[in-house]
Amino acid sequence: MRYLSSAAIAGLMLPALATAALADCPDFGKGSLRLLSNEHASVEIAVDRIAECATADFTVKANLNTEHATIQGPALSVSPSEYNVVVLANGSLTPLLNANLVRPLDDLIAKYGDQLNPNQMIKINGKTMAIAFMANAQHFFYREDVLEQAGVPVPTTYEEVIEASKAIRDQGIMQYPLAATMIPDWSLAQEFVNMYMGRGGEFFEPGSAKPALDMDKAIATLEMLKEMSTYMNPDYLTFDTDAIVPIWEAGEVAMANLWGSQASSFLPENSPSPEIAENTRFAAAPSVGGQGVPATTVWWDGFAIPKNIPDEDAEIAFRAMMYGLSPEMVADNPRAAVWLIKGYEPTPAAKGIVESVQGGAPSYSMLPYMSLMHDTFGANLAAFMTGGKSAEETISDVLRDYETSARQAGFLN
Amino acid sequence: MPHLTFAKFIFPSLAAMFIFIALPIVSVVYQSFFIEHEQIMQEVETCDPFSCKTERRIDPEAMIALRAEQPAGRFNGLGTYTDSAHLAFDEIARIWRASPDILTALDRITDLPFYRALLFTFAYTAVVTPASIALGFFVALAVNQIPKLIRGIVVYFSLLPMIVPSLLGSLILFWMIDSRGIIGSSLQVLFNDPTLSLKASPVLTWITLFSYGTWNSTPFVFIIFFAALQTVPRDTLEAAMVDGASRWDRVRFVVAPHLANVATFLVLVSVMDNFRVFEAIIGFSAQAHASSLSSVIFNDLRSGDVPLFGSAAATSIMTIICIALLMSPSIRRTWISFRAKA
Repeated sequence: MRYLSSAAIAGLMLPALATAALADCPDFGKGSLRLLSNEHASVEIAVDRIAECATADFTVKANLNTEHATIQGPALSVSPSEYNVVVLANGSLTPLLNANLVRPLDDLIAKYGDQLNPNQMIKINGKTMAIAFMANAQHFFYREDVLEQAGVPVPTTYEEVIEASKAIRDQGIMQYPLAATMIPDWSLAQEFVNMYMGRGGEFFEPGSAKPALDMDKAIATLEMLKEMSTYMNPDYLTFDTDAIVPIWEAGEVAMANLWGSQASSFLPENSPSPEIAENTRFAAAPSVGGQGVPATTVWWDGFAIPKNIPDEDAEIAFRAMMYGLSPEMVADNPRAAVWLIKGYEPTPAAKGIVESVQGGAPSYSMLPYMSLMHDTFGANLAAFMTGGKSAEETISDVLRDYETSARQAGFLN
Repeated sequence: MPHLTFAKFIFPSLAAMFIFIALPIVSVVYQSFFIEHEQIMQEVETCDPFSCKTERRIDPEAMIALRAEQPAGRFNGLGTYTDSAHLAFDEIARIWRASPDILTALDRITDLPFYRALLFTFAYTAVVTPASIALGFFVALAVNQIPKLIRGIVVYFSLLPMIVPSLLGSLILFWMIDSRGIIGSSLQVLFNDPTLSLKASPVLTWITLFSYGTWNSTPFVFIIFFAALQTVPRDTLEAAMVDGASRWDRVRFVVAPHLANVATFLVLVSVMDNFRVFEAIIGFSAQAHASSLSSVIFNDLRSGDVPLFGSAAATSIMTIICIALLMSPSIRRTWISFRAKA
């Protein structure tokens, strides 16, 4: 929203510049851009840039919606599809591939994609099915001043995070120094996935949807999540990122694992409490269990083009997206995201994601049954966190529920 | 009314009920006997910005062909109803054998996903229905005593909980009971316990949800009772006053019997409404401590990349059966009184 309003103000104040920008617009042809995306400030920037080029012949319509993943399947199944661009991530590309709803982009890339980095292309069996443009990961946010006051070094492992929390509490600096997005269902399960994979754990037997959890690693992960929760606000099971940002700004939290895409709102120029923001630092996600790999999963966000639209429509959409996601756009908005686009130089806000990727954090699985496993953890972890079930019971419940739903979904017999 | 006229009047409504209620229920029953086709997998090489690896993926063309042949999926009979996510017969048998006494067994059974949801749904209905009907009755009696001049305004404000969308209402209350919110921090001061959190304990979360539910469904009860109160015969009331009946006696012996039929109707509607409790759980982010049958259905339909239609359908059907069972005493009584009148 912040970006939208500043763009609007700039548009009001500098009409001359806007006309100049219009003059630079390439001719996309006669048609429209109809885009479906999650709510991302970075996507808004790209859409605004394309929308500046809207004419009577070329219209722009964007639906930025947190429910995009629910809408995309039905919207792309009809022919012609309602949208000609869908913005998606590791996880949300999978269902579209499963239903054969997106088209290979190699021809369009050969014609219009000179600006792309090779690693932007998401290839399935050699065919480019999506173009990634930014990276995201949950990583470590901390208050340098609080850690200094407590006399502890910046933690690089979860074991050290717990020690630092204890030190901060024991010295009476903060009662609840730690925070994490632990609202049950997806986010709580994601904390488990991050830390379990950080211990080198696997979820499935190779080449099969059969679950194969490493009991020792899973139980160690659960115990650590629970130990961490003792340093969190008692309401931690209702916390998503939106709930953590205000208590961070109020100076009540010293360490948190949050999404890198939120990092720029913690910077002094964007935060309502600059004195706290000035001491806020980003780092790779801590490692765990002596593995030395950041315990997080890395994500890409990108776009794909539906199969059920005419080729000309796809061409217009692709050209518009290339303009919206061009290196010039990145040069104008270097801080808006961790761009994968040419010409991007990491900014301070990108530090956590870049270090996590460089540290070798794995990308989130695109296996079609991973989401079922993830959801099953989401449904069962809360009972463990509140003390209703032991770690062993929780894991056996997860396995039971996963097998039931995987059977329902046709992945197991 | 002549039968033909009656039939003509009722026909559009019956037709709409058949198309929009009966047919969908039949299709849900049908769907509940099926599960997704066995997924045909293939090995593919996947490259993303960070690495390349060989992964298993669904073979889309083969699956599309399979679905075209049999759109509903694989036939599973009653398998979905008895699996561990629903009635869980195998699990119950196992728990029964392994548990030392009935209480432990019950405790473990109510941990199973379906029974956990059922327990909360029943508890919610059992608490909220009588509470909202009692509260609505007393609010209606009180408002009925207010001078006509300001009655309109009072009625309007009493209806607010119903006018505010329930998700919004629950969110507002959710922020108020936050440990920083006005209710949450007042309670901390009141009980002198700085760690008191309404959101952290299962019991307090349930109480919060019940209170919210009562607050939310009282206005409907109130407005119906209030309308019915206008029809209480004045003569009988005045006769009772002449006989020296106190206000409480008049309520008990004149007003309450007069409203009995309305109350039956309200019980029916409220039970049906409360059994579908859903928004409150989402609004209060209470998934950690409470799940209802509706929230279980919701989760199945949004289960990652593969909506579990069969599973959701089975839960829906069992919800309908539960509501029908709960309704049956009321419906039976109505039927008997109808027969008596005829």
